Amino acid sequence: MHAIQATHASKVYRRYSRRHQFTTLKSALLSRSLTRDLRPDETFAAVRDVTFTLPRGRTLGVIGRNGSGKSTLLKLVAGITKPTSGTIDVRGRISALIELGAGFHPEISGRENVFINGIMLGLTKREIARRFDEIVEFAEMKDFIDAPVKTYSSGMYMRLGFAVAIHVDPEVLLVDEVLAVGDEGFTHKCLDKFAEFKRRGKTILLVTHALGLVERFCDEALWMDAGSMKAIGDPKRVVGAYITDVEVGEEQLLAAGDAKAKELSTVVSPDEPATAVLPDHPVETAEGPADMFRATEGRWGSREIEITDVQLYGPDQQPGHVFHSGDPMTIRIALRSPVENEDFVIGIGIFNAEGVCCYGTNTSIEELKAVRIFGDAEALFTIESLDLVEGTYKIDVAIHKLDGYPYDYHRLLYTFRVKSRTKDVGIYRPRHAWRFSDSLAFDRAGE
Amino acid sequence: MLRNLAQLFRYRGLIQSLVARELKARYRGSVLGFFWSFINPLLLLLVYSFVFKYLLAARYEGIDHYELFLFCGILPWTWFSTSLLESSGVLISGGNLIKKVLFPAEILPIVTVLANMVHFFFGLPILIAFLIYFSAPITPRELLWFPVVVIVQAVFTLGWALILSALTVHFRDIRDILSHIVTIWFFATPVIYPYTQMTKHWQQGMLNLNPMSHVIITYQEILYFPGPVGHGMWLVTVGVASSLFFLFGYWVFDRLRDTFAEEV
Repeated sequence: MHAIQATHASKVYRRYSRRHQFTTLKSALLSRSLTRDLRPDETFAAVRDVTFTLPRGRTLGVIGRNGSGKSTLLKLVAGITKPTSGTIDVRGRISALIELGAGFHPEISGRENVFINGIMLGLTKREIARRFDEIVEFAEMKDFIDAPVKTYSSGMYMRLGFAVAIHVDPEVLLVDEVLAVGDEGFTHKCLDKFAEFKRRGKTILLVTHALGLVERFCDEALWMDAGSMKAIGDPKRVVGAYITDVEVGEEQLLAAGDAKAKELSTVVSPDEPATAVLPDHPVETAEGPADMFRATEGRWGSREIEITDVQLYGPDQQPGHVFHSGDPMTIRIALRSPVENEDFVIGIGIFNAEGVCCYGTNTSIEELKAVRIFGDAEALFTIESLDLVEGTYKIDVAIHKLDGYPYDYHRLLYTFRVKSRTKDVGIYRPRHAWRFSDSLAFDRAGE
Repeated sequence: MLRNLAQLFRYRGLIQSLVARELKARYRGSVLGFFWSFINPLLLLLVYSFVFKYLLAARYEGIDHYELFLFCGILPWTWFSTSLLESSGVLISGGNLIKKVLFPAEILPIVTVLANMVHFFFGLPILIAFLIYFSAPITPRELLWFPVVVIVQAVFTLGWALILSALTVHFRDIRDILSHIVTIWFFATPVIYPYTQMTKHWQQGMLNLNPMSHVIITYQEILYFPGPVGHGMWLVTVGVASSLFFLFGYWVFDRLRDTFAEEV
């Protein structure tokens, strides 16, 4: 028995909402489908040809980027909007946690709002009265339930809305990213409640960006991309495919950013002073800034030796910008020295998004004595294991004299991203392991 | 459409609580609170009596207690006009509900009309006090007409509320133009002057074509004018027409229902 069945469901919106709408009263009353007669360039398919069946008692996680049609799909399932074409069949009482406390009236008390909200969601007065204490307890609102809702904090508002919606006792529960709000404790309570629903054989459709939650909690995952279904099935597989796709997107974005940085830093030739560059853009000067550690991105130096190219390589020996924590990474620095030179130091610095130097070194610190550089050259800096937590990092690459006189200094011009499945915090992730005595035991969360 | 209409019955509990909420919320935070339901019609009466009785010094044949006459008409008219003005914006202001909750949208205009009806009822004790004070000639037979005229007015107002609320979603201009239309409608209805005053042919035609004039005249016949209600046939006709009009209004609303979630 299915709980939700979507058959070629599409939802088309008008691109220009108002002007191109009904122009006359007659058209408002007579035209059946408002979008059917419009040209394709005036419409926008928020959901396109979605077909899936969710059996009763299963939990489906819907993932995808912003604007991929997840919420529209949820509204279609909830029956709040009708599909432009195709059908969506839902069996059983629905409760949609789309916007919590959507019907609350600010002027009246929480108690009265609970009753009205519950009736709106399909309960009778008696049913609410029976569950009232439970609702208030779940929302942790005992002391404030008789105060007008307008005096509530946004967290209280949300908790009360959630508590009512969850106590409707639906057969089909639709959840739209409502866990993003609320404190840690309440989020756990909500998750426990979902788990209880699951145990009791209810059907849940969950729209979320919390991929870990989808992997742990859902029986199936649906990946929406630009309105269409990109994949459906085993959550681990679908989430994996989605993460890879997101990385490819980020990769392209970072590559474009790097290209822009490079372009800007080659506009000005070495002997011209850079004046007409905006302050927050890479500034190119012959002199380094007074305080090296407060400098923003930029490029400076005499260019007697020039850094012509910097590339980052992942474990697959392909240039890239997105790496996984723990992977090897190689920084390849291409250099050119028109005349033979024997006074130079090559340096590398890695900074995180807050500008904290995560690591910095150079050939002089590591007691390598320069012998010579002439013509085109290449330096490879290999990090065996990129033990950084998830985040965006920027790199300094420089070549300068032993006394600090810069030949070519690239300040924060190269960006890379570290991805991690673990949401640990800090900067550095040491290789580590947990060990426990027999009297202490853990289970992996959600398994 | 008829199935939707039947479903509406299932939502009577919701309508009831929403009307109660509307009434509670309206005066929440004001010092006099619920007393405003009584004070509002009194003040309105004061303003109109001052203007028409003293400033314009209107004298009408057969109108002895102008205040009482005015009160009989202005109380139901306020119900009608406020319902129209409020319902035109009710779907837009309730957009959150329509977009985020599975919720039959027609409940919103219906609640508006019913909440204003309850306000009308709250004004009645004041009216009764006036009637007793001026010892108005009311017979029990006449009073039997009172529930009939209330129902006719309610059905007529509901029809308008449904149409206006649905169309305003798409044509927001309605909200601006409506207040002017209601004003001219007010003067075209014998509220501040007795219908007997309208003697010219076109004036009588205008009164006869205006359903609200029959409703208001019936109120005045019941409560103010002596003698039996002579307007019964007119009222029944208006009642039948109003029922058809209500169905038409519901049809329009039902027709546009699916567009609300996208447009509000």
